[in-house]
Amino acid sequence: MTNTSVKKISFPHMGNYFTAFEPLARLVADEVIEPPPISKQTIELGYKNSPECVCVPFKYNLGNYIEALERGANILVQAGGGCRFGYYGEVQEAILKKMGYKFEFLKLANSYSPIALAKNFRALKPELSYAKIFRALVLSYLRLRCIDDSEDYVRKNIGFEKQKGEFEKAHKNFLRELLKTDSWLGVHKLRKKYLNILHAIPIDKPKKPLRVGVVGELYVLMEPFSNFQIEKELAKKGIEVHRFVTVSSILHDCLDEMLFSRQLRKLIRESWPYLKFHLGAHGTESVAKTLELIKEGFDGIIHIKPFGCMPEVNAMSALHKISKDYEFPIIYFSFDAQSSETGIKTRLEAFHDMLTMKKRHDAKQ
Amino acid sequence: MLYHKYHFFWEEFLRSLGQEVVVSPETNREIIGKGVNLAVDESCLSLKIYLGHVDYLKDKVDFIFIPRIVSLYKKENLCVKFMALNDIVRNTFDGLKTLEYTTHVPTFRYDYFGLFSVGWQLTHNPFLIIRAIERARKAQQNQQDKLLIEQENKLKDKKDDLRILIVAHPYTTYDAFLGAPIINFLKKQGVELVFADIVNEKEARKLSKNISTDLYWTYNKELVGALEKYRKEVDGIIFIMTFPCGPDSLVINLCQNKINDLPIVVITLDELQGEAGLKTRLESFVDILKIRKGKAIK
Repeated sequence: MTNTSVKKISFPHMGNYFTAFEPLARLVADEVIEPPPISKQTIELGYKNSPECVCVPFKYNLGNYIEALERGANILVQAGGGCRFGYYGEVQEAILKKMGYKFEFLKLANSYSPIALAKNFRALKPELSYAKIFRALVLSYLRLRCIDDSEDYVRKNIGFEKQKGEFEKAHKNFLRELLKTDSWLGVHKLRKKYLNILHAIPIDKPKKPLRVGVVGELYVLMEPFSNFQIEKELAKKGIEVHRFVTVSSILHDCLDEMLFSRQLRKLIRESWPYLKFHLGAHGTESVAKTLELIKEGFDGIIHIKPFGCMPEVNAMSALHKISKDYEFPIIYFSFDAQSSETGIKTRLEAFHDMLTMKKRHDAKQ
Repeated sequence: MLYHKYHFFWEEFLRSLGQEVVVSPETNREIIGKGVNLAVDESCLSLKIYLGHVDYLKDKVDFIFIPRIVSLYKKENLCVKFMALNDIVRNTFDGLKTLEYTTHVPTFRYDYFGLFSVGWQLTHNPFLIIRAIERARKAQQNQQDKLLIEQENKLKDKKDDLRILIVAHPYTTYDAFLGAPIINFLKKQGVELVFADIVNEKEARKLSKNISTDLYWTYNKELVGALEKYRKEVDGIIFIMTFPCGPDSLVINLCQNKINDLPIVVITLDELQGEAGLKTRLESFVDILKIRKGKAIK
């Protein structure tokens, strides 16, 4: 790329994590372009230009890219790893190039160690110093933790707030301020401040609410638009929603696996006797988590995945058996670009009714 | 699932150990029906067929031999379906006795050790096991060489016949229910077929870099390499994929985008396919190729 042109970088949305990765993107480019929030139009665009059998995240990402390119971005970033995800980059690049866009494509597939990441950045912008990269990495990580912590609290309590909409308002303010905060200390202070604010919001929580765990595939778990705000829907019904997969938890697991390689073994041990081997990507974790939640006394589990997701389909055969053996309610959702929202709402409602009845029935005995 | 690629190897190996090998029959309606009922409804067709076969075998044998092949080269792996095959089977059928071994090269679990441990369960004579592995390897190698030479002769021979390259996994191409109808039909049309799965693996892996640099599914890599190798000598390409195959869905799209000089048709198979529609598509594809070739000669 010539030096005269302005570098504008962009990357696809996933939940609220745009805020967290923004400092890293700012390192290599003069301007960071936020793709417009995911909407029906985004999906339409992505869907039209994707191969038909590919899983949904591909379509969403492609839609994000097209919209970002329309806004003038000329560097795109794609991460990768696990199952099909690691191969997204190359295919998406080919599709977009064929559509006539001009851009540079940065693929970070399978290079998650900080050193490899730093090398990738320096390849794009050679004058970058390692100190700067380190600073941005830490800042990103802090912001990540910040988001995950507050979202976890919001998720568990949003169903019980006394005045509707307070949590959402506070959370939006928080994200806006976070985007402006650039120092490590600032992020730390912000986190404290907002956790206090969130905790101060009055809630009206019954002693033993229904507790539901959400497990499944990463992208649809973390991108609320792709799962039709399933978590919000649940919370509205007064259910405490627990989700364990966040970007920081994934990073933690990856690091653990890289340094000590004990994570996988632990997961497989937990999911014995249903699994003997690793299922690929996040499948094993779904099974292990399900078993753990059953033992913890949860009321139900929701398993979500994009249509045709290979590792999660593998996990499903084990989950079916677990559900049968423990007589435990598990509901499966699979999302495609065209699944209808009402159908999902109806099924959720039925699931909720069933859980309530089961709980009442158990209490009588 | 990989039976069509390695069956000489595994059969010879088990037979050399003095075991009786029962092979399930070619796929038929009944097997597919059973498999569809047993499998999670979003699994790919190949997996459903596999479960159907296991179901057929489970009462007839003492052990079912299920190899688990995760990765054959560094930084590459197979479709995650192969990784989970054992666990899926174990969770679908209760109390099934299996013989299994794992091949995972990045962590130094080579197939030699795996096979040895399988052999150890059957006989405690290490020399017998080693002999069995060597014999099996030889049988497999012979078979591959034979196919390769056959294909190369085909390519050298007559030049003016219509040639079509079939790109699909061996478990699709040679399956009696999936690939065989297509192949028979094309042969009846007087088309010469070149199979992408018959290729020198090393060469193919090198050539695949021309089309795709990041590809990390070993079998797809070999197919793409073969595509690159044979594309100058054929008139058209047929991709066959089973619905909804994960790796293929991406790789085929990439190939469609990167290969612009040849007519391509993608055929997606599922358990409900109608034969008439398939035949019409193939016929029209062959006609297009014939017209194209006629023009080129003029």
